[in-house]
Amino acid sequence: MTDRTPMIEVRNLHKSFGDLHVLKGISETIYKGEVVSIIGPSGGGKSTFLRCLNLLEVPEQGEVYFEGTLLDPKGTDLDAHRQKIGMVFQQFNVFPHLTVMDNITITPTLELKVPKEEAEKEAIELLKTVGLEDKANEYPRKLSGGQKQRLAIVRALAMHPDVMLFDEPTSALDPEMVKDVLEVIQDLAQSGMTCVIVTHEMGFAKNISDRVLFIDDGIIAEEGTPEQIFDNPQEERTKEFLSKVL
Amino acid sequence: MGKGIIEVFLEYWPMFLRGLVGTLRYAFVAVLFGSILGALVALLHLSKNKVLSKIASVYVNVLRGTPLLVQMYIAYYFIPMAIPALNSIDKVYYVLLALILNSSAYVSEIIRGGINAVDIGQTEAARSLGMTATHCMTRIILPQAIKNILPALGNEYIAMVKETSLAGTFMLYELMYTRTLLANKYLIWQPLFIIAGIYLVVTLVLSWLVGLMEKRLSVSD
Ligand SMILES: Nc1ncnc2c1ncn2[C@@H]1O[C@H](COP(=O)(O)OP(=O)(O)OP(=O)(O)O)[C@@H](O)[C@H]1O
Ligand SMILES: [Mg+2]
Repeated sequence: MTDRTPMIEVRNLHKSFGDLHVLKGISETIYKGEVVSIIGPSGGGKSTFLRCLNLLEVPEQGEVYFEGTLLDPKGTDLDAHRQKIGMVFQQFNVFPHLTVMDNITITPTLELKVPKEEAEKEAIELLKTVGLEDKANEYPRKLSGGQKQRLAIVRALAMHPDVMLFDEPTSALDPEMVKDVLEVIQDLAQSGMTCVIVTHEMGFAKNISDRVLFIDDGIIAEEGTPEQIFDNPQEERTKEFLSKVL
Repeated sequence: MGKGIIEVFLEYWPMFLRGLVGTLRYAFVAVLFGSILGALVALLHLSKNKVLSKIASVYVNVLRGTPLLVQMYIAYYFIPMAIPALNSIDKVYYVLLALILNSSAYVSEIIRGGINAVDIGQTEAARSLGMTATHCMTRIILPQAIKNILPALGNEYIAMVKETSLAGTFMLYELMYTRTLLANKYLIWQPLFIIAGIYLVVTLVLSWLVGLMEKRLSVSD
């Protein structure tokens, strides 16, 4: 599925929080159409890495290129680039003061100047794909965790992103709701969307990914196909991590 | 002891009423303009520009760290002295200015606190969608922060109702000023209890209203 056009390229990323050196020089290229899972022990820097990809965290060293353009934290075009980079959070972060419909349409209408009617028509189509069309006029407080996360996913899709970033999208969910959300992500991945997914769901990562990155202690300690990483890991720390979680 | 409290109240109630109206009005003006100014100060305080943020923080600390009465005296005596051109302006306005500035410091902290209380994830979600910083603030953060801010502004108004009693010192016609007027008629202790009673009733009623507002706002959570 991948055609080797780089979607996101990072070079020598370093990020610290105070004295804590979290990312210690990460270079990586995510190609168009690729589905990349990121696994690794807690505190290793997975979220920080992901959040650097759209500059939610600004690295103090290194560069992030999106579709060939250097992302500049002070640049006036950062918002425009972010519109093309969807992000889904562990805690959903749906907008509680807006209806399900408005959660989806607010950014396209404000920032892309999509006419309200058109945005709503598309929102309904998107809601249908995740089985939420009858919730359009509800407020998020009426939704379950799984429904909120599906809303968060279609809210991002309404911006027609070129890549989707997921940070542990099912970790805050009750077990019975995990499957629904994973299915949505799987459909999306199979439709050709470029996806970068931080996850603790090893089975899911193994099934869905073209490539798996193992991040530990601020570096990509090992990477490869799911078969390479899960069935035949080379690095000692990869083996140790997998023995704990599998 | 002379006349009783009720007797004094029945005889002079129009005076107390006029004082009360003055109190409510001065407090309203202080909080209204204090809110406008306070919103600006809060924006400076929250801005990424370190210098602007520091200026706002000093402003807040000075106004909250010195007594309102001192601020009133400075406004009353010092401003007309420092800027003689302003001499013709009624000194009432200087006292009001002190009330407004003082209130703006408290309001700016209320607004800042209300904004900071909104989950950072809301900002992250909005910005990751590509929403501009301005839209994120006006469409996502402020509508949520307002639920924390409005009741706190109500409480600030209640506090101001009591604070304006200091303005009587400068002969602004508010509730406490009636004490001075009646003291001239050798009524010393009765007005004090009447005034205290009126303040108490007013603040209790206002607190009850703020409570109602809080309930209404939290229903939509
Ligand atoms: N905003 C922040 N301020 C200070 N420290 C932070 C911040 N964000 C992350 N950290 C620290 O950086 C380290 C890496 O965090 P990160 O969230 O990237 O790890 P992770 O691999 O995603 O872990 P988990 O699997 O638990 O989500 C941790 O020690 C964390 O406490
Ligand atoms: Mg994480």
